[in-house]
This record gives sequence, structure tokens and C-alpha cells, in this order.
Amino acid sequence: MRPYAALYVWMILAGVVTTALGVALPLIVQRVVDGPVLHGDDRGLFLLGALALALGLVEALLIFIRRWVQANSALRMETSMRDDLYRHLQSLSVSFHDGWQSGQLLSRATTDLAIIRRFLSFGLIFLVLNTATAITVVALLFDLYWPLALVVAASAGPLFWFSQQFTRRYNAAARLMQDQQGDLATVAEESAGGIRLIKAFGRREHMAEKFTRYARDLHDTAVGKALMVSRTWAKFDAVPNVTLAVVLVGGALAVARDRMTVGELVAFVSLQLMLIWPIDALGYIIANAQEAMTAADRFYEVVDTDPAITDRPGAAVLERGDVGGEVRFDNVRFAYPDAPAEVLRGVDLVVRPGETLAIAGVTGAGKSTLVSLVPRLIDADHGRVLLDGRDVRDVTLESLRTVVAVAFEEPILFSMSVRENLTLGRPDATDAEIDEAIDVVQADFVRTLPWGLDTRVGEQGLSLSGGQRQRLALARAVLTRPKVLVLDDPLSALDVHTEALVERALTRVLTGTTAIIVVHRPSTVALADRVAFLSDGVIAGVGTHSELLATNPSYAAVLSAAADDAGELAGEGAR
Amino acid sequence: MSVDVEAWRGVAQEQDAERTAAEAPDQKATIRLRAASRALLASLLRPHKRALGVLVALLLLQNAAGMAGPWLVQLGIDQGIPPIAGRGDYTLLILLAVAFGAATVGEYATKRGFLALSGRTGQSVLLDLRRRVYDQFQRLSVGFHERYTAGRMISRLSSDMDTISELVDGGIEDLVLAGLSVGSVAVILLWLDPPLALVALLSFPLLVLLSNWFRLASAVAYRRTREKVALVIVHFVESLGGIRAVQAFRREPRNQQIFEKVNEDYRAANLVANRLIAKFSPGIRLVGNVTIAVVLTYGGYRVLHGQMEVGVLAAFLLYLRRFFGPMEELSQFYNTLQSATAALEKLSGVLQEAPDVAEPAAPVPLRDAKGEITFDSVAFSYRPGLVVLPAMDLRVPAGQTVALVGATGAGKSTVAKLVARFYDPTVGTVRIDGVDLRDVSEADLRRTVVMVTQENFLFSGTIAENIAFGRPTATRPEIEEAAAAIGADAFIRNLPDGYDTDVRKRGGRLSAGQRQLVAFARAFLADPAVLILDEATSSLDIPSERLVQRALRTVLTDRTALVIAHRLSTVEIADRVLVIDDGRIIEDGSPTSLVAGGGHYADLHTQWRTSLA
Repeated sequence: MRPYAALYVWMILAGVVTTALGVALPLIVQRVVDGPVLHGDDRGLFLLGALALALGLVEALLIFIRRWVQANSALRMETSMRDDLYRHLQSLSVSFHDGWQSGQLLSRATTDLAIIRRFLSFGLIFLVLNTATAITVVALLFDLYWPLALVVAASAGPLFWFSQQFTRRYNAAARLMQDQQGDLATVAEESAGGIRLIKAFGRREHMAEKFTRYARDLHDTAVGKALMVSRTWAKFDAVPNVTLAVVLVGGALAVARDRMTVGELVAFVSLQLMLIWPIDALGYIIANAQEAMTAADRFYEVVDTDPAITDRPGAAVLERGDVGGEVRFDNVRFAYPDAPAEVLRGVDLVVRPGETLAIAGVTGAGKSTLVSLVPRLIDADHGRVLLDGRDVRDVTLESLRTVVAVAFEEPILFSMSVRENLTLGRPDATDAEIDEAIDVVQADFVRTLPWGLDTRVGEQGLSLSGGQRQRLALARAVLTRPKVLVLDDPLSALDVHTEALVERALTRVLTGTTAIIVVHRPSTVALADRVAFLSDGVIAGVGTHSELLATNPSYAAVLSAAADDAGELAGEGAR
Repeated sequence: MSVDVEAWRGVAQEQDAERTAAEAPDQKATIRLRAASRALLASLLRPHKRALGVLVALLLLQNAAGMAGPWLVQLGIDQGIPPIAGRGDYTLLILLAVAFGAATVGEYATKRGFLALSGRTGQSVLLDLRRRVYDQFQRLSVGFHERYTAGRMISRLSSDMDTISELVDGGIEDLVLAGLSVGSVAVILLWLDPPLALVALLSFPLLVLLSNWFRLASAVAYRRTREKVALVIVHFVESLGGIRAVQAFRREPRNQQIFEKVNEDYRAANLVANRLIAKFSPGIRLVGNVTIAVVLTYGGYRVLHGQMEVGVLAAFLLYLRRFFGPMEELSQFYNTLQSATAALEKLSGVLQEAPDVAEPAAPVPLRDAKGEITFDSVAFSYRPGLVVLPAMDLRVPAGQTVALVGATGAGKSTVAKLVARFYDPTVGTVRIDGVDLRDVSEADLRRTVVMVTQENFLFSGTIAENIAFGRPTATRPEIEEAAAAIGADAFIRNLPDGYDTDVRKRGGRLSAGQRQLVAFARAFLADPAVLILDEATSSLDIPSERLVQRALRTVLTDRTALVIAHRLSTVEIADRVLVIDDGRIIEDGSPTSLVAGGGHYADLHTQWRTSLA
């Protein structure tokens, strides 16, 4: 909030002057009634009238200035908070993102920040102004006729009591509602992402029921809040009215006994009427403030989460020329949060510089987990991952991820041009380099897209087949010319023919690059110099494909084409 | 921020995907949309007619109670004081105080009743609207969603709804009350003192003009904010959804730039709207202040010349203050109303969108479908000029397992999507058991045809819930049976909570292969007459694939299946293979006959054999 302090000073200054002017008006009325009107002074009347007009003009001008500044500052604050949130989310680790519902993050970036903005541009200002108005008015009332002013001041007691009660209960409801808004956004998000699945199974009604369930929870909380509001706001409203009645009776008595003039009573009552709106609005402002507070809590829950994976102090910058490319896993252990068992239970493995090593294992053995450690998408719980003998955690993330490139099995394409998707890791790539990468992964199809490399792909663009997406993701990794290339089963969606072509080209590109490839199929194993077999969280064997086939029966069970083949052949023979 | 932040988007067919068909950028469409959103509002409010009636009554009573205050004050000053001063007679004053007390109690009761009832009604309207929009999104075709994108759908369902709920939350009654006040203040003023009232009422036309200007200008501004916030949400959702790739390729700074750009655009749009209110609100105040000054002077003059009582002048000023005092806050609520109206327009645009894959008006029932599929000279293109299928004729007898083979992009998935009716053919007809798919009801079609795609989308929730998606009525034993049948049982039981393990966002806790197994179990449980497997086994390891294939042999015996696979091991379980090239069937026969035939498939087969060696 600090950068906006000056703006707020402006706003509050303008606000205070406005309030003073607003308060001055009833005083002028009093003068008019008691002065010119009683004494038949035409000129005095017009003078005071002109004064009222002038004050009215100044007040409107000041409101304009305050509003103008206020619009600016509250919006700027909201915008910069959203930028900060986004920046922070980008720095939080993959496991953080896996654990948080996307709707909950989104609702923080939209709903919650809008609530905070509303409070800053509306609630907070009126809280200050209304308090200022109330204090000024009460002070003037004391000046006018203190016994009645005492009555007015005493009415603050019940107001305080009501707001205390209200605040406590409303706070909990506001938080619950914001959480439920996040849940509902999550359901919406999942329904949008899974629309094909929902269509494929015709589960429209099932999803509508689910959505309704969440929407109804939100509805119930909102109704509860509305009832809370109805009880409290009506009470807030009644207090100034009761006070007014007391003042009226007391004032009439005072006038009758000549303790007060009629003009003073009129001024007193009209000043007091100025309190009605601030008190009336108090309920709204308190509600607004509570919501802003819980929204800020939710915002800071995320922003105060320290990124689990960051640069250590004094982390070294890797120069790609100096990287040999030896990757060593040293007694690496890893467990996913809230999973009782470790996935990796002490992995020891050396990948020699320039070597292509395949990692094999059954589905769910931890292969993807293991390779994610190299670019530090996750960090090991115990043990170390070393690049050229240096712990990857002692290297800056920026330089590590420049040297290490990854292609995931489920290719992630963004709604951008093909070119932008390809050059994600290397914005400075030349056209020749892009062409080469496209050739390596046999992605000729991009050249026949309607706008060539400028065609937008991804969710908001042209939809590509799984195999096409996988090849673009692979080209992206190849294009960064990494020293260490991590490929997580990158060819699974390719047909045999294309796979063979890609493999041949890859072998050429991989010269001098250390490659770690997760494989499921014997055909992909062909790429590798050696294979490491991951089983029960440890490396159960390392060697060439044929060595492992011969020596390791469980490896044979997982990756033997022969075994597979034998079955098939037997089947065919029987036919 | 000097970097070019737009070129990265690339070129796409739908530059303006934001708009639904109902909201074309021309003036006529705007008017049509406004009418549509008014009709939507009317239909939302229709079930609450009685509540609305009660609300109006409560408001009127509250207004009357509120208005009584200044009048009683005037009576007190003009009539109550003289008897006390003269005769020490307190009767009238006490009566007035009692009346004032009654008015206060009345105001309390009506306000409380109003807030409670309007809260209930507003929330139930909101629930209804949420459900309608959600349901409409689910009805719209896959093609629409590909164009409109997930981020926008989320934006409509969250941010737009928030804007409307903000209106429901507070302020609407003040707005209506202000409207009522205009009328009643005018009447009371005229009754109190006609000449002075006419002077005061000169301000009303000005107020109307000012509000009209604001209404028109802010409608445009808020429509823009709705569009801009959607872009923020789209970028937010998509880039954080792909956070792995973002981090692995150090995309964070660029993403930050892009985000700050769309965020800044949103701010700019909001600023325009806020500046309108920054002019509107003091404008109203100005009118009020001038009116009060004029009334004060002229009224004072009239009192001075004995044409009016002091008390009347006092009451006059009190009424005017009551009217203009909270005007600034009211203009804020009016602002909320305008913003909500823009959101409602967006939503009615969505609700107006006609599904391009529409439900038939008179569906032909499809009970106990056998599963015979026919393509009758079917042509299809995703967009004009780019034909994916030129003219396909195909008959798949019920119970046959057909494998579709061909290079990526040959059109295999398109064939599958046409059978699942994700799209309707551009030309020709797709039939199931001789019935045009366009005549089959959604419910019948989905019971008959189920597709497992390479996407393997999982919802957050337990494994059991995800499998049960195939058949929500399934019992736990049935779910476990389905998982066991395709060989997923073992890995599921090894998870910390077995079938009750939370798979986390998008199934993030599971490996790709495990997700695929769950997707398979889901399809197995659905038990359809026609099963489409589009690359459904690509991530499986060999033992799992073997299990799945063994299961498929039994699963597919009594149903029609279309299998798209790159691995010929999967293809070999088929009765019949179709080789597709450039949208045409170039080979058609049993796997063995095709291998013997020495064509394209035979080549692939040889290649595959070699790859195994």
C-alpha cells in the first residue's frame, strides 16, 4: 500500500474538506433562519444564499477530484497485487500447483482482489469519511446544545455493540463463501477442461448435479449471510431514528423553555440527519471490510507460501560451454506429499557425458519422478542429483534449466503461434534452427498449416492430434540445444513409421548431448546406449538392452518384445 | 514492456472468439442482446412474482415510514412547540413522539423483512442463473468450446457471476428507494409549498439527463471490462495449467509480461468505467447543492415576506437533504447495477447461442442398440476449404472390431469424433443401426457410444469416483470389478487409500499410464454397444498393455469397436483393419489378409516387426 500513500493522503484530504463543507450547509441554514429571515434582511439572505451556492460548487469539485484519484489508485493497487500473485504463482513449484485446485487460485486472482478493490475504493474511504462526518457532527451538536448532543453521542454505544456481534459472525461466513466460490470455480474449470470426456460419456446431467451441489452450498452460505445482514442493518437503521425522536421531544421542550432558538433546533435536527446515512452505511461498510479482510487472508495464504524450489544463496551460474553433462543420482529418495510410501528409495545412477540412457520400469514405478529431479521441477527429499559433480541445487535455476531441456509425455502446448511454442526455451532461435528442429521431429505438417509457423495452436487455436503435439514438444526441447535432454516417453503417440524416422534423426542430434529417456516400448529403447531398470524405487539393473534381457527376468517381463512377440506369434500360429 | 506482446498469439481463424453469435459487434446486435438480457432477467424473476410483490410492498412501507420522519419534525416545530410555550400543553408533542417511535419500529421491521426476503430471492435467482448457464455450456458442442475456450467459460461462470451477485448483495433496495423518493419527495414538496417545490423540481430533469448519459456510456465501458477480464482469466488458467513447461523452459518472464499486459488492459477498461462514475457522482451532488442553495435563498425570501412558515422551509431542506445526501453512494450502487447488466448481457449471449450439434426435436428412440455403424458419403471439414474427409462410405456390422490405421493427421480421429457426434458431418450421414445420428437423443447416443481418448482427463476426486463417471449408479464392487477386468486393480490397491485415493488436480498423483488405465476402467464400466478407443493405450507399459489387450478380447466380443492405435500389437486384436490416408480408406480387410496382400499395411507390419527386434 505504501506507493499509494500519497494518493490516499490526497483522497482523504479532499474527503475531509468535502465533509466539512457538507457539515457547513446546515449551519448556513441556521444562520438564514435565525438571521435574515427573523430580521427581514434581504441582502443578508442573498449573501448567505450565494455562500451556500459557492460551498456547494467547491464540494462537488472536491468530490470529483477524490473520485478521480480514487479510481486510479484502487485500480492500480488491484492490478499490481494481481501481477504479484501471478509472479509468485509462477515461482511456486510444480508440487504446489498439483496440490492446489486451480479454481481456488483463480478465485484469489479475480473474486478476492475485486473485493479488496471495492473496499479500498468504496468501503475504506466511506469508513474514514463517515467517521469524520460523525465526529464533526457530534462536535457541532455539542456546540449547539450539549444536553441533546449527549443523547446523540450515547447512541454510539448500541451501535458499537451491534457491530461487535455482527463482525464476529460475518467474518466466518465471508471466508466460507469465498472458499466455496473457489470450489465452484474449480468445478467450472474442470468441466471446461473435461468437456470432451463429459460429452463422450454423455454425463451432462451428472456434471450439472455436481455443479448444482456446489452452487447450492454457495447459495446457502449467501442466504445465511443475507439473514445476518438483515438482522443487523435494520438495527443500525433504528438507532439514529430512536435518537431523533428523543431529540425532537427534548428539543421542543428546550425551545419552549427558551433554552434553544427554533433556528438552532432546525440546525440541530438537520445536522443530526446527516448522521443517518453514515450509520446506515456502517453495516455495509463493516461487511465490506470483513470480506476484504478474509479475501486478503486468502491472497496472502498463497503469496506468503515460500517457493519450495529456489536458488540457494551463492548458487553458481552454469556456463553451457563448461558443462560436460555427467548426471549422477546419489542415494536419491523422494516421497510425494501426504503419500506414506516413498516412490524413490535410494536411487544411485550415473549417466555419462554424451550418453543416452533409457529408464525403464512398470507404470507408476517413479520414472517420471526421477527425471523431473534433473531440471529441479521437484527436489529430492534425501540424497543429491549432481551435474558434473555439482549438486543441481547449488546452481541457479535459470542456468540449470538452460542447460537441461525436457519433453513431457503429455505435451503442453500454449495458445500461441507454432513458432512461439517451439522457441519457448530459446526466443533467439534463428529460422534455420527452427527448420532443423522441425525436420528432426518429422513435423513437416506445421508448414502446411493455414498460416504456417504463425498459426495459433493450443487450446485457443487449431487443434492438433496427439502425435503432432508430442512432436512439437519434442522439437521445443531439441531447439534449446541442451547439454542434458530429458525425454519422458516422448514418442508414445507416434506411429511406428514416424517413430523410426524421429529416432534416426534424434540419434544424430543427440551426439554430444547427455540424454535421459523414459521408455515403455522396446522400439524406443533402441535409441539408448544403456538402460537403467527402475523397480521398487531403486535401480535394479543397468546395462544394454540385451544384457538386461538376459540377466534380469523382471526387466524382461516389462520390456521384452520377444515375450510379447512370442505370445502374439503363438496366437497367430494357433489361428 | 516495449516487447512485442501480441505477435506470440499467432493467427487463428477466430480472431474474435470472445463473442458468441448473439453478440456481433454491430449496433443492431447490441440492441438485440439488450433485449435478450432483459428477457432473461424477466424469465429469472418470473418464479418469484409473489416475493417481488411482497418486496415492493415492504419497500413502499419502509419508504413511507422513512418519509414520515421529516414531516413529524416539521409538525413538532410548527405545531408542537407553541402549545408548550403558551399553555404548557405537552399532548401534541407526546403524540408526535409516539408517532415517530411507531415510524421507527415500522422502518426497522420493513427493512429487516426486506433484506431477508431480497437476500433469499436474489440468491435463488443467482443459483438459477448459474445452473442455466452451466447447463447451456454443457449443451454446446465441442466445436463451440474449442473456439470459446475454457478460460472464457470459467470467466462467465465466475467473474461475471460475481459481478451480478455483488448487485444482489447490497444496494438494490437503496436504488429502488431512491427512485421512490424522487416520486414521493416531489409530491410532498408540492403539497407543502407549490411555488418553492417547482423551483426544487427543476433539478429533476437534470438528474434524468445525467443518469441517462451515465447509463449509456457505462454500458459500453462495462461490456469492455467483461471482455478484458476474460482475457486475464484465459491467460491465468492456461499458463498455470502448463506450469511444468513454463518452468522447464524458463518462460516465466515472458508470461509475466503477457500477463501484465492483459491485466493492464483490464485495468484500463476499468479505469474508463471508474472515470465515468467519477464524473457522474459529483455531477449529481452539484445539482443537489445548487438546488439546496436556490431553495434556501428563495424559500428564505418567501418566509421573509410572510408567504411561508419557517417550519415548512426547514422540512423542505430536510427532504432535499434526505434526497441528495446519499446520492453519491447511490450512484455507486447504480454503477454496480450497470456493471452487472454488462455481465448479464454476456451471459445472455451464451444462453442465446444455438448448439451447432443440436438435440433432435423428435428423437428416434434407440433402445438396445446393436451397434451397426454406417457412413453414407460423409464429407467433413473443420473449417471451410480444408477438407479432412472428402467422401467416406463405410459399413461396420454390429459386433465388429475395426482398427483404423494411418499416419497422424490422416483423419482417423475425425472418423471417431463423427461417430461420437462431437461434430456433425458437413455432407452425408452417419447412422447407427440405420438411424441418422442427428435424430438420436443425446441420452440414447451416449448410452450407446462411448469414446476413450488419448486425453485421459481425470477429475479431482477419488479413483473410485473417476471410474464411476462411466456409470454413476455403479456400486463399489462393480467399480472394482471393472478395474480388475482391465488390470488396474493391482496398482490401485497399492495406493495409500486404494480406491479412495484422491488423484489430485487432473489426476496429477498418477502416472500417465495409470491415468490411462483408470480411463479404460471408466469406459469398461460404461458398457456401451459401441466403444471407440482413440490412442487409448499409448502410455501403457508392455505388461499393462498385455493385460488390457487380454481384457479387450473379451470386452469387445459382443460390441462394435473402433480402435485407433499406432501399435500394431493393439491392431491385431481387430477383425478388420482400415488403412486411412488423407481422409480416404485405401485398404480394408482382416489383418492377416492385409499382411498377405503386401500393401501399405503389410509395410507397416514389417516395420513394426523390425522395431521389435
